[in-house]
Amino acid sequence: MTVVYVETDPAGEVTLTSAEAITFARQLLPDGGPDTSREVAAPPSGSPEGVVIGQLSDSAVAELGRLGVSVIHHLEHPDLAEYSAAAWAQAIVDITPESGTLLASGTPRGMELMAHVAVRTGQRMAANVIGADEEGLLRQVHGGTAFERLRLDGELHVLTIAGHACNPEETTPVTPEVYDYELDVAEADLATRVQRTEAEAADDASGLTSARAVVGAGRGVGSENGFSEVLELVDHLGGALGVSRVVTGLGWRPHAEQVGQTGSRISPDVYIACGISGAIQHMAGIEGAKTLVAINSDEESTMVQRADYAIIGDLHEVVGAVNEEIVRRKQ
Amino acid sequence: MNILVCIKRVPDIAGSVVLDDTGTGIDESGLGHTMSSHEECAVELAIQTAAATAGTVTVLTVGPTEAVEQLRAAVAVGANDGILVEAADPSVFAPEDIAQVIGDVVRDRAEAGQTFDLVLTGDDAADTGDFQVGIRLAYDLGYPALTNIQTISAADGDSGTGGSGPAPGGGERSSGRIEARGIGPAGTEIFALDLPAVIAVHEGGVDPRYPSITGRMKAKKATIVEYDAPEPGTGNPRIRLELPEVKASSVTILGEGPEAAPALVDVLEEIGVMRP
Ligand SMILES: Cc1cc2nc3c(=O)[nH]c(=O)nc-3n(C[C@H](O)[C@H](O)[C@H](O)COP(=O)(O)OP(=O)(O)OC[C@H]3O[C@@H](n4cnc5c(N)ncnc54)[C@H](O)[C@@H]3O)c2cc1C
Repeated sequence: MTVVYVETDPAGEVTLTSAEAITFARQLLPDGGPDTSREVAAPPSGSPEGVVIGQLSDSAVAELGRLGVSVIHHLEHPDLAEYSAAAWAQAIVDITPESGTLLASGTPRGMELMAHVAVRTGQRMAANVIGADEEGLLRQVHGGTAFERLRLDGELHVLTIAGHACNPEETTPVTPEVYDYELDVAEADLATRVQRTEAEAADDASGLTSARAVVGAGRGVGSENGFSEVLELVDHLGGALGVSRVVTGLGWRPHAEQVGQTGSRISPDVYIACGISGAIQHMAGIEGAKTLVAINSDEESTMVQRADYAIIGDLHEVVGAVNEEIVRRKQ
Repeated sequence: MNILVCIKRVPDIAGSVVLDDTGTGIDESGLGHTMSSHEECAVELAIQTAAATAGTVTVLTVGPTEAVEQLRAAVAVGANDGILVEAADPSVFAPEDIAQVIGDVVRDRAEAGQTFDLVLTGDDAADTGDFQVGIRLAYDLGYPALTNIQTISAADGDSGTGGSGPAPGGGERSSGRIEARGIGPAGTEIFALDLPAVIAVHEGGVDPRYPSITGRMKAKKATIVEYDAPEPGTGNPRIRLELPEVKASSVTILGEGPEAAPALVDVLEEIGVMRP
């Protein structure tokens, strides 16, 4: 049996990365067969079960059905209303079968919860998995520069799926059965509960991960005051700004805008990298971009070599001219 | 507040990598080494917190003899001393083994009279990206764990309600309460936590500082306590490493300089990302 921890966004919708993880479970993991250790109706073969903590909207149920999830374990309790990794992980452990696969997307939440679950169930965990076959699992290491093939022993395999390991795909829709549970939450597990959330900062990051067009800016921008053309282009495209680590390291822009191994992983329709060299740790964040455009003065840079389209030149001049052209065409 | 920061020596990869002869590791001969970026921030956060609370910072690594370089680099920016658990090849240890090794050292240091109120790690290491050592260590020590944290400070109205019961080494448990801020899906999340605790740090909340000349001098003379690594307990489940296929470049150069702008706007129109 394969069980997927499903994240929902503040509007109650299934997140893109969870849709990827469900698709991964459906298409890439061997189906361990129905779980007979619990009194839950066995879902059809190849169909993962989902776990949702907190509110479960009708549209999320319908979306999970379209993603092929036929059983939803719904965990809701006043003590779980605010996130606490330990309490949420125990709730997942309580409904997790003793054998099979339990997985989540490799988001900060998914990583943290699966690590707690792995300890509480006495299992190993494999993070950032991108593939599975009879030999074992394949996962990203060194920020995606290399892959590790590994075999997990134990009855229950606990995994997180790297962002963009597969495209989310819907399947023949099913009507999921929803199981609600009576839960006991241990006081000790609430020690790490979120006290409050301040909205602003991460709004930027969530805009970045959902934008269809992202304009990237790197050291080539030159200074803290060098972003005007780039920001104007962001505005023309109704997109988001993403930056390299050099830019955040120099304090030119906040960390929430950083793209890469230690920043956000994005999957826009187009990523326009302006003055970014294409270091491996940056590329790790943009693998999911459907079209890659480079604007760089160095024709030999990795970013240009990896791009679908490139313009060679000074980014201020090029982006300035692109903005003028857009304005001209709109008139 | 006395803080232990766990750091890892990792190869500093800028370009593509080459595998070693065994196929289970990367060839590090031509590469420099550094500590993982989340850990650089953990060290900085520890230094700031210790300074604000008249405490100390000790850095610990499980790694080869050369990893003493990373310990001394941390001392050069303000840590007080270091602990090297000498493991010639740390890749034979699973995250659960590393957590166990660190837990044992924490208990041993407590017996020797050196207790830590707070243990920091990075969220995950730049090489393995396991995301578990901090959490597994917290369970091993019986402390609460947070991950994805960017800044910490003493909580308002610190009531000293910190954990009761014996410390790992049998001494008094430290008390105190801290506020930690981290990144959540809907914004900055704020936690309040009793000490002792384990916190895994995510890059971006603080800027790691550069070493001063006096810092470098101090680092040369710093005390580094050495331990031998025990046998790997559960061992590494790695079969081998593989490299991704190198894709041949298929770039279309639209042109040079501002004259190429219309060609790019054509592409953007074709993709359908132009705002109407
Ligand atoms: C553990 C670890 C994690 C990391 N995580 C990340 C991460 O999450 N994200 C990330 O981005 N990096 C990350 N890095 C850093 C990464 O290795 C690179 O240092 C960084 O991405 C380089 O940023 P850059 O491309 O802006 O700067 P540079 O490498 O300096 O490149 C600048 C580019 O701009 C071009 N240029 C200069 N002037 C102009 C101009 N006027 N017009 C046009 N082009 C111009 C140059 O030709 C060059 O290609 C990480 C590193 C480590 C070790």
